Amino acid sequence: MSQQKILVIALLQRGVVSPAVYELLTAGRSLANVLKQPLAAYLPGGTAEQAKELVERGADRVLWSGHAALKDFNDELHAQAVLAAAAQEQPSWVLIPGSVAGRSLACRVAVKLGAGLATDINEIDPASGAVKRSHYSGNLQATMEFKSPVRVVTVQAMVFPQAPAQAGRAGEVTELAYAPAAAGTEFISFQAEEAGEIDLGGAERIVSGGRGVGGADGFKAIRDLAHALGAAVAASRAAVDSGWIPYRHQVGLTGRTVRPKLYVACGISGQVQHLAGMSSAANIVAINTDPECPMMQQATYLVVGDMFELLPLIVAEIKKRRGQPVAA
Amino acid sequence: MPLNIVVCVKNVPSTLAVPVDPATGLPKTAGLVFAMNPFDEYAVEEAVRIKEKTPGTTITAVALGPESDGAVLREAISRGCDAGVLLSGAELQGGDNFSVSRALAAAIQKLSAEKPVHLALFGKSTNDDNSGVVGGQVAAWLGWPGVLFVKKIESIDENSAVLCRMMEDGVDKLKVKLPAAVGTVKEINEPRVPSLKGKMAAKKAAIPTWTAADLGLKPEEAGAAGARVKVARSSAPPPRPAGTRIAGATPAQTAEKLVAALIERKLI
Ligand SMILES: Cc1cc2nc3c(=O)[nH]c(=O)nc-3n(C[C@@H](O)[C@H](O)[C@H](O)COP(=O)(O)OP(=O)(O)OC[C@H]3O[C@@H](n4cnc5c(N)ncnc54)[C@H](O)[C@@H]3O)c2cc1C
Ligand SMILES: Cc1cc2nc3c(=O)[nH]c(=O)nc-3n(C[C@H](O)[C@H](O)[C@H](O)COP(=O)(O)OP(=O)(O)OC[C@H]3O[C@@H](n4cnc5c(N)ncnc54)[C@H](O)[C@@H]3O)c2cc1C
Repeated sequence: MSQQKILVIALLQRGVVSPAVYELLTAGRSLANVLKQPLAAYLPGGTAEQAKELVERGADRVLWSGHAALKDFNDELHAQAVLAAAAQEQPSWVLIPGSVAGRSLACRVAVKLGAGLATDINEIDPASGAVKRSHYSGNLQATMEFKSPVRVVTVQAMVFPQAPAQAGRAGEVTELAYAPAAAGTEFISFQAEEAGEIDLGGAERIVSGGRGVGGADGFKAIRDLAHALGAAVAASRAAVDSGWIPYRHQVGLTGRTVRPKLYVACGISGQVQHLAGMSSAANIVAINTDPECPMMQQATYLVVGDMFELLPLIVAEIKKRRGQPVAA
Repeated sequence: MPLNIVVCVKNVPSTLAVPVDPATGLPKTAGLVFAMNPFDEYAVEEAVRIKEKTPGTTITAVALGPESDGAVLREAISRGCDAGVLLSGAELQGGDNFSVSRALAAAIQKLSAEKPVHLALFGKSTNDDNSGVVGGQVAAWLGWPGVLFVKKIESIDENSAVLCRMMEDGVDKLKVKLPAAVGTVKEINEPRVPSLKGKMAAKKAAIPTWTAADLGLKPEEAGAAGARVKVARSSAPPPRPAGTRIAGATPAQTAEKLVAALIERKLI
C-alpha cells in the first residue's frame, strides 16, 4: 500500500484546459491527502503557463509536453504521450476526465498498463481504493475493487467541485520531451457546433423539452427559459426523433448523461430511459400537465400546468427579480 | 475490393429494472429476457450498409457470453450478418472490460488468420455495464487505430477510412489506416428490422463456439481470473427525497413561487 502515486491527466479541449480537469484535481487532492502522496498532473499539448495554473489549483508536480502533434486529440498520439508520463511517474492511480477524449484515451492507457479500468466513476474511497459507478442505466450503483496495482479511472463530470486557484501556490513544473511516433490515426479537421451553446456535460443548469413541446417552434420557449437561467438546452428522445432538435441535445440512455444542479423537465413524462441520463441531477423541476407522470416522482419541485403558459411567466418573473435588488 | 468486417454484439437484459440478489449483493439477471444490446444494432446496421455498397463484403458477428448467447448472434444474422462466432465456456465468464476485450481481440486475430479483417465495429456502450470502452480496448490489444463515438463513416476502402467523431463541442474528422476498430453512436444510422430472408438464414446458421483455449488464452488471462476489476457489490441508489408541489391561484403566481423557491435554494 506504500507509495501510491496519483497522476491526473489534464486534457485540453481546443487549447483550453477542460474544466473537468479542475474537478479531477479535487478528486486527486483528497486521494493524495489520504495516501500522503504528492499530486502529479500531466498536460499533453499544453503550455508552461497552463502547467503553472494546475499547480495553483492543487497539483504538486506538473509535467507538460507542448508538441503541436498533441494540439488536437489523437487516440494513439495522446496515449503514447500519457504512457511516457506514466513510465516516468509510475502512478498507482491515473485520473482522466469522463469526456469523449478521456474515455477514448483511458482504453489504450489501461490496456498498455495492464490496469483495471472503471469509467464514469462518481465516488472514490481513498482508504480502500474502491470506486463507485452506476450500471444498469443508473438503476444500480456498483462498488468496484481493483485487482491490479494500477487503477485507471475516468471521472463523471460535475461530481467533484472544481479545485479553486490559489495564487502563488508552489509546485514543480517540468517539460517532458515528446516526439510523436508513427500512428495509424490522422487528425484532419474539427467542425464546431453552433457558437455560444452551453455544453450539456458541464452545465450547472439545464432546461429540457420533450414531446409536450409539440414541435420545433415550441423549443423557442425552452430556449428563452434556458437563456434567462444561463442554462444548456436538452431534449428527450421523443423530441429528437421527431426532428425538433439535433441529437446532440438528447439526454438519456441513448443520449448524454448529465449531472446539473438544476434540471427543468418540460413536457417530459420521465420514462426510465430518459431518467437514466439525468436522475442524478441535484434538483429537478417537473413542468407537466399530467400530475401522475413519472417525472413528478423524481422532482424536487412539481409544477402541474401547461408549459406554454408557464414558461413565459417564469422568464418574466426571473427578469423582474433581476431588475430589483434581491430581498434578504 | 470487398471488406471483411467483424461486429461485436452483446446479449443484455431487455429490462433496466434488474434486482440485486440479497445473497450475493450483485445484480441478479437469471430469468430475465435478454436481447441484443440496443447500441449494437447500429454497429450491425453500419456493417450491412458497407456491405451493400461494397458487394462481396463479409460480416461476422462475435459475442462473448454464456452458451445461451447464441441467440444474439442469430439476431445479428437476421439483421444481415453472414456468420456468427460465440466465445464461451467457463474460463471466459465473469470477466471485466479488460479480459472481455482481450478475448474479443484474440477472436478477431483468429478470424484474421483465416481472412484478414479490415474493420471491427462496436456499439457505443452496453445497457448493462455501460463502460463504453471495449472497442477502444480491443484496438489497444491489437495495436490498431481505434476511434469511439463515430457518427459517420464518410468513406472506406480496404486501406483506410475517414470517420466523423462526435465530440462535446463539435465533430472531429479523422483518417485511420485499416485494420481499425470503430465504436458507433446512435446518430450513425437508422437500424432496419430483421428481414424474413435474414430470419431464415439465422435459423439455419451453424454457430461455432470458441473457448479460451481455442483463442490461445491461458486460464489466468481469461474471464474472472484475467479481470483487473471486480464488482464487489451493487445496490439501488438512495431514493430521491419527496418533492414539493408548487401551485398558486393563477399560473403567474405559480411562476412567482417557483422562481422564489429556486432563488432561495441558490439554484438561480
Ligand atoms: C457473471 C458476470 C460477472 C461479471 N463480473 C464482473 C466483474 O467482476 N468486474 C467487471 O468489471 N465486470 C464484470 N462483469 C461485466 C463485464 O463482463 C462486462 O460485460 C465487460 O466489462 C464488458 O464491458 P461493458 O459491458 O461495459 O461493455 P462496453 O464497453 O460498454 O461495450 C462497448 C461495446 O463493446 C462490445 N461488447 C462489449 N461486451 C461484449 C461482449 N461480451 N461480447 C461482444 N461484444 C461486446 C459491444 O459492441 C458494445 O457495444 C460481469 C458480467 C457477468 C455476466
Ligand atoms: C432502447 C431505448 C432507448 C431509449 N433512449 C432514450 C433516451 O436516451 N432519451 C429519452 O428521452 N428517451 C429514450 N427512449 C425513449 C423513452 O422510452 C420515451 O419514449 C421517451 O423518453 C419519451 O419522451 P417524452 O417524455 O418527451 O414523451 P412522452 O412520454 O410522450 O411525454 C410527453 C409528456 O408531455 C406532457 N405534456 C404534453 N403537453 C404538455 C404541455 N403543453 N405542457 C406540459 N406538459 C405537456 C405529457 O403529459 C407527457 O407527460 C429510449 C427507448 C428505448 C426503447
